[in-house]
Amino acid sequence: MRWINIALGVAVAGIICFFAVRELLIDPMYFFELFLGGLTRGSIYALIALGYTMVYGIIQLINFAHGEIYMIGAMTALIVASVLGMWGWNTAVIVILAFVFAIVYSCAYGFTVEKIAYKPLRNAPRLSALISAIGMSLFLQNYVMLAQTPEYLPFKSLIPDFKFWEPFAHIITSVEITIIVTTVIVMILLGILIKFTRIGKAMRATAQDKVMSALLGINVNNVISATFVVGSATAAIGGVLIACHVGQINFFIGFLAGLKAFIAAVLGGIGSIPGAVLGSLVLGISESYFTGYFYSEYEDVFAFTILVIILIFRPSGILGRHDAQKV
Amino acid sequence: MNKPILNVKNLTMSFGGLKALDDVSISIEKGQIAALIGPNGAGKTTFFNCITGIYEPTKGVVEITPPGKNTQSLRGLKPNYVTERGIARTFQNIRLFHGMTVLENVMIGRHCRLSSGIIKAMLQPPSQKNEEQKAVTDSYEILEKIGLEKYVNDMAVNLPYGAQRRLEIARALATDPFLLLLDEPAAGMNPQETKELDDLILWLRDNENLTILLIEHDMKLVMSLSDWIHVVDYGKKIAEGTPEDIKANSDVIKAYLGDESDDA
Amino acid sequence: MAIKNQIKQSLIIAFWFMILTFPIMVIKVNTIRHTIDFRWANLVGVGIVTFFASMTWNYFLRRNEDQKKKEMDDDIPLIHRLLQNDRFRRPFLGVVAAFFLAYPFVFPMYHTSIMISALVYVMLGLGLNIVVGLAGLLDLGYVAFYAVGAYAYALLNLHFGLSFWVVLPISALLGTFFGVMLGYPVLRLRGDYLAIVTLGFGEIIRIVLENWDSFSNGPRGIGDIPAPTFFGHQFNQENTMVYIYFIVIGLVLMTIFFVNRLENSKIGRAWIALRDDEIACQAMGIDKFKTKLTAFALGATWAAMGGVVFAAKTSYINPMSFTIWESITILCVVVIGGMGSAIGVIAGALVLILLPEYLRAVSEYRMLVFGALQVIVMVFKPDGLIKSVRKVYTFNVQEKAIHEQTNT
Ligand SMILES: Nc1ncnc2c1ncn2[C@@H]1O[C@H](COP(=O)(O)OP(=O)(O)O)[C@@H](O)[C@H]1O
Ligand SMILES: [Mg+2]
Repeated sequence: MRWINIALGVAVAGIICFFAVRELLIDPMYFFELFLGGLTRGSIYALIALGYTMVYGIIQLINFAHGEIYMIGAMTALIVASVLGMWGWNTAVIVILAFVFAIVYSCAYGFTVEKIAYKPLRNAPRLSALISAIGMSLFLQNYVMLAQTPEYLPFKSLIPDFKFWEPFAHIITSVEITIIVTTVIVMILLGILIKFTRIGKAMRATAQDKVMSALLGINVNNVISATFVVGSATAAIGGVLIACHVGQINFFIGFLAGLKAFIAAVLGGIGSIPGAVLGSLVLGISESYFTGYFYSEYEDVFAFTILVIILIFRPSGILGRHDAQKV
Repeated sequence: MNKPILNVKNLTMSFGGLKALDDVSISIEKGQIAALIGPNGAGKTTFFNCITGIYEPTKGVVEITPPGKNTQSLRGLKPNYVTERGIARTFQNIRLFHGMTVLENVMIGRHCRLSSGIIKAMLQPPSQKNEEQKAVTDSYEILEKIGLEKYVNDMAVNLPYGAQRRLEIARALATDPFLLLLDEPAAGMNPQETKELDDLILWLRDNENLTILLIEHDMKLVMSLSDWIHVVDYGKKIAEGTPEDIKANSDVIKAYLGDESDDA
Repeated sequence: MAIKNQIKQSLIIAFWFMILTFPIMVIKVNTIRHTIDFRWANLVGVGIVTFFASMTWNYFLRRNEDQKKKEMDDDIPLIHRLLQNDRFRRPFLGVVAAFFLAYPFVFPMYHTSIMISALVYVMLGLGLNIVVGLAGLLDLGYVAFYAVGAYAYALLNLHFGLSFWVVLPISALLGTFFGVMLGYPVLRLRGDYLAIVTLGFGEIIRIVLENWDSFSNGPRGIGDIPAPTFFGHQFNQENTMVYIYFIVIGLVLMTIFFVNRLENSKIGRAWIALRDDEIACQAMGIDKFKTKLTAFALGATWAAMGGVVFAAKTSYINPMSFTIWESITILCVVVIGGMGSAIGVIAGALVLILLPEYLRAVSEYRMLVFGALQVIVMVFKPDGLIKSVRKVYTFNVQEKAIHEQTNT
């Protein structure tokens, strides 16, 4: 069985490599553009996937409302930027404030959602918490739709076309390179937070064993809140960046993006932060090639197919640990 | 001489770097009440898990010779097939089905001895009805034997602790085993309950033709019940023998006094 | 003193929500006319609503906790207690039967049509209840099998002229087949992975239907699907609705009948055991994979039959009827109604489907309310509105004793 798996894996990898090399020789520029497009896409997925994976790691809940947090981040940035724009403020200030407000508000929403919809269900059946999350997602979508508008809103990019980037702009736009660079920075900061700070250590301990952590004097409720806040912050950054990239938003953007990011998190091994990043990049880049060379309308089918294939061969995702359950 | 009913040779189980079991060989004779003892974390539960197919051992031989049947290997068998072959167990941390009544918990044990499938369940021909009725009465009789019949329709979670432990035994009996593995059956019981358990285990051996292997920390119970005792420590088997041998064994005393002073 | 603290706390919460909702509730940018509306009234509204919501929320949360301490898990829901009471059961069932029999003749067609939808959801809910409620498998792609049934009828009728009554059993088999095919690779996955993968399959089927024009006619869908006939006789529109209504009633009764039998059979118990504790379940000699697969396939069977009825009723289907939200709605029917409880699922379907339909008056808000309701029900009744109750067996102890005496 194991040898069959390995042989299959090698065969599939060989076929993929063959086609990749062929395409690379035919049109290297296009190949490279698709790669960068995939990298951008993967970066955005990663920013959202982090929230899923962290929350899952700590309370084993698929936070269905996470996509909505990301949407609210983008929406807040849009509102703040438009208001300040009309008041005639300086562009740089607007950009900074839009980002700050987006992040702060997303964090506040993430925090509040956890307190209302998940905390009372800490000891309930897991399915109940999931339904609560779905309800929250539905509520937030409709809340934004009713309070604002069901229409798509144009989103004027907050990121200017950098002068110094002009020579490269035909390969990858300023927005795209900003997305990639920002993601890298966020990942590094997050890595530092998780590895070296007190709260980061508490998060890791709580993810390992909640009861034990509580006995050791960690305030589990605070750690969970902090996890939601951090996850929401990265989602907000992702939300604003993708809104800049796509140029329009509405109340529904969170759902599909959230779904994709969740797939990426599972692909990488849910609960694992490097896994979420790796899974996002794998998904983003392979999707980019798939839509570039094959059928763009089957993009989502492709994403799910990749997920199923990887889960069949690695049931805990690429970097997920596969422990035998202790009995 | 008859072949041992359970024959385990050179069993090794590693979790990453940790060897929870290291080259353990144990054999159990028919009709024995054997005990497996050792300090916490010695690998006793892991031993049960390896035999019953819940873990797949890293190395070693697990063979059974059911009464009147040929010797067969259990290595690599899924837990349900192990149970079908006639080995039943209880769990150290009680694992009852909390969404079901006491009777239904026992009926689950009958599952692998019933034959009706889905179609029969939907159409309920007489053969299915009879089988179902028989399962109900069989299960009730088992409850009577174990002394739990007064709880028959209660939800399993609402039982007192001692009764839950006994229900685990009832459930295991329902699978018609020839070998019963009990994982700390007396844990958390008061002296009265422990006494009753003592009687029950003896009764099971004598009247139900069972061979019993039990893990237990209550030394009084172990010494009074067991025909033969196996001792493990840090995954290794350090001694075996009659209760008298074990009491006198200096390695065993060291293992227990070394890191276990709070255990009875 | 306590009340004072609560008011203070609720005031803080109200204040928090006023800040939280400020950008979205208050500011509205008109990008065309380049003006900003500040809707201050909304701010006041949010404050007042959240203050009172917080007060009631806390009150009920505390009451819930007190109750939990007092009673154990063995409280039987009122409806079950009533149904166990012989004096009550007959008249109650009589009234229910009379209501459903008279319904299409008393109410206009519009209401009959809505009731048909609700009853289809009862079927779907009972089917999914096998998968989620009994076997504990989180299936977020249930709609895939519903689509299989609906498209099976539409296409088999279009190409081969097969009638409703012929397709109904065929689609049931197709549902089972698809259930096994999809279940086989994915049922080995752990719980949450299963959820996301089944969600994926649901989406895949929808996307394929949307894009594979030559097979499914793409997003335009398939129209002119004939209504069922009565021994070859075609009713007029109004009577057709009544006819379909009774077909659905029949199917629902059949579903209840079979599901009830399954639930209290060998296989049903195995499902519940699997849900409660996979390891103990295997140790009791139950084949985990086979048991999961039967639940998954049986659930799919009912979904496919529901799909046929749906296609026959609407006479037009397109892929938009089979989105993930449909799966989620059915899941909510099961979980909010009460997992594992047939009565709960029926109640859940009727409430969740009829309520939004009749809330159309305030239609803008209905999904908002729906979402909020899901959260509220789960927080205050995590086991659903009506908890499941297990069968009670009776034993004639005396007779048994006599029996034993004669033996010895
Ligand atoms: N699934 C598992 N993964 C990792 N370590 C395990 C697992 N199961 C048991 N162990 C380890 O194996 C050792 C033996 O455990 P166990 O058999 O439960 O001991 P005991 O003798 O108290 O029953 C312990 O150190 C335990 O932590
Ligand atoms: Mg143990």
